Amino acid sequence: MEGELAHIGAGLAAIGSGAAAIGVGNVAGNFLAGALRNPSAAASQTATLFIGIAFAEALGIFAFLVALLLMFAV
Amino acid sequence: MATETTHAEGVVEAGPGMPQLDFSTWGNQIFWLVIALIATYLILSRVALPRIGAVLAERSGTITNDIAAAEDLKVKAAEAEKAYDKALADARTEAQKIVAEAKAEIQKDLNAAIAKADDEIAAKSADSEKAITEIRASAMENVEKVAKDTAKEIVAALGGKADAKTVNAAVANRMKG
Amino acid sequence: MRPKGATTKEPEMATPQDAGDEGGLVFHPMDQFIVKPFFGDGTEVAWYTVTNATVWMFLAVIATFLLLVIGSSGRATVPSRMQSVAELAYGFVYKMVEDICGKEGVKYFPYIMTLFMFIVCANFLGLIPTAFTPTSHFAVTVVLALAVFLTVTILGFVKNGTGFLSLFWVASAPLALRPILAIIELISYFVRPVSHSIRLAGNVMAGHAVIKVFAGFAAIAVISPVSVLAITAMYGLEVLVSFIQAYVFTILTCVYLKDALHPHH
Repeated sequence: MEGELAHIGAGLAAIGSGAAAIGVGNVAGNFLAGALRNPSAAASQTATLFIGIAFAEALGIFAFLVALLLMFAV
Repeated sequence: MATETTHAEGVVEAGPGMPQLDFSTWGNQIFWLVIALIATYLILSRVALPRIGAVLAERSGTITNDIAAAEDLKVKAAEAEKAYDKALADARTEAQKIVAEAKAEIQKDLNAAIAKADDEIAAKSADSEKAITEIRASAMENVEKVAKDTAKEIVAALGGKADAKTVNAAVANRMKG
Repeated sequence: MRPKGATTKEPEMATPQDAGDEGGLVFHPMDQFIVKPFFGDGTEVAWYTVTNATVWMFLAVIATFLLLVIGSSGRATVPSRMQSVAELAYGFVYKMVEDICGKEGVKYFPYIMTLFMFIVCANFLGLIPTAFTPTSHFAVTVVLALAVFLTVTILGFVKNGTGFLSLFWVASAPLALRPILAIIELISYFVRPVSHSIRLAGNVMAGHAVIKVFAGFAAIAVISPVSVLAITAMYGLEVLVSFIQAYVFTILTCVYLKDALHPHH
């Protein structure tokens, strides 16, 4: 029973991956919108873009990690 | 099928579900990781990075030099073109001068030759005139003499005694007429 | 249970419940991360044992050596293909360090290049089927992240003395907010190595595990074409992720280094 609950918890934690996806999409979309308005400034800001994506994605990875822990380590 | 017992069994078989959290292997991994990182660092800092940096610097130097050389050559080419143009213009003026001089000289020679020819022609025509006059004069004389002689002979033949003086005067008189 | 699943069940007979169940997989998706001795059959891993992790770490070192040392051995002004790639990697990291950390950061370029080359080679080599990916292990990424964290912290105090603490004291904020901001900044500073390490390992692990899960589904005849297509797509994504995670790890190292060199925002 406990293992099944852990599996349910893992599934719930996986929702966090979707949330991170929203975040990454937000970052990339807003970057694209800005880049199309001012293409000349876009090239200098790709590093910032990747840092932003990395931070947003890290939280999704945390959710994934929680899911993995529930699946395999609890 | 997969009941709770088999699930539990599986977990036991696999040990900790996530090998990443099997802390018994951490020491081993950290030990080898540190060695690998030190090896990478030594390879990079001793050999690879200075070499690639040198190659890149050399290339940018070569490119700068080549561009400068090309610029030099371009300037030289422009200069050469200018010099060539100048030489061409000079040669053209020179040629024109020579042509003009030659033309003037030829004109002079021509004029002199024409003048000389004219002189010669004038002299020749004067000579001819004189010769013609002489010939004409001598012809007249001859005609008079022949006429006188003929008249004398005719007179003699007709039986008259021709007085030379009279015949002559008569012929001369007739000739004038 | 894992190997048994393959032998005791007909894949065609597997119902959706079975497929979703752990027992439906022919192999366990996390098995690929098990560290075991490379030579011999034992499972005992002492600190000096040459394991599969060791082998792939050193393959990454050899790949770095081949690319950057052998590749550039021609020293040609007009580069060969290998030399172009080596110069590209050099220029890529060099520009990153120079852009973010400024001229003072160039001194630390070899350290950052070491991190980048090791991670990118390990990630790419890990994509070879049946390979082991050292960077999918927290042991590895935690050491890398802690090395960056400790270096940056010590460097910050050595270069700036107590002035380094102004990193946490946001001078541009209203005075009343500053203590709260200082606590937040302090927490975020100490979370850095955690997120730095888990991001890399998590991304790599997630991709490999997902590929393995799809590979497990490939044993079921009905969905195997879909699963093979999914594996192909995931593999392409993983190639991208391998590079981007190495890039992100490196660029965050540069950002942290910049904080240590110029703590005043």
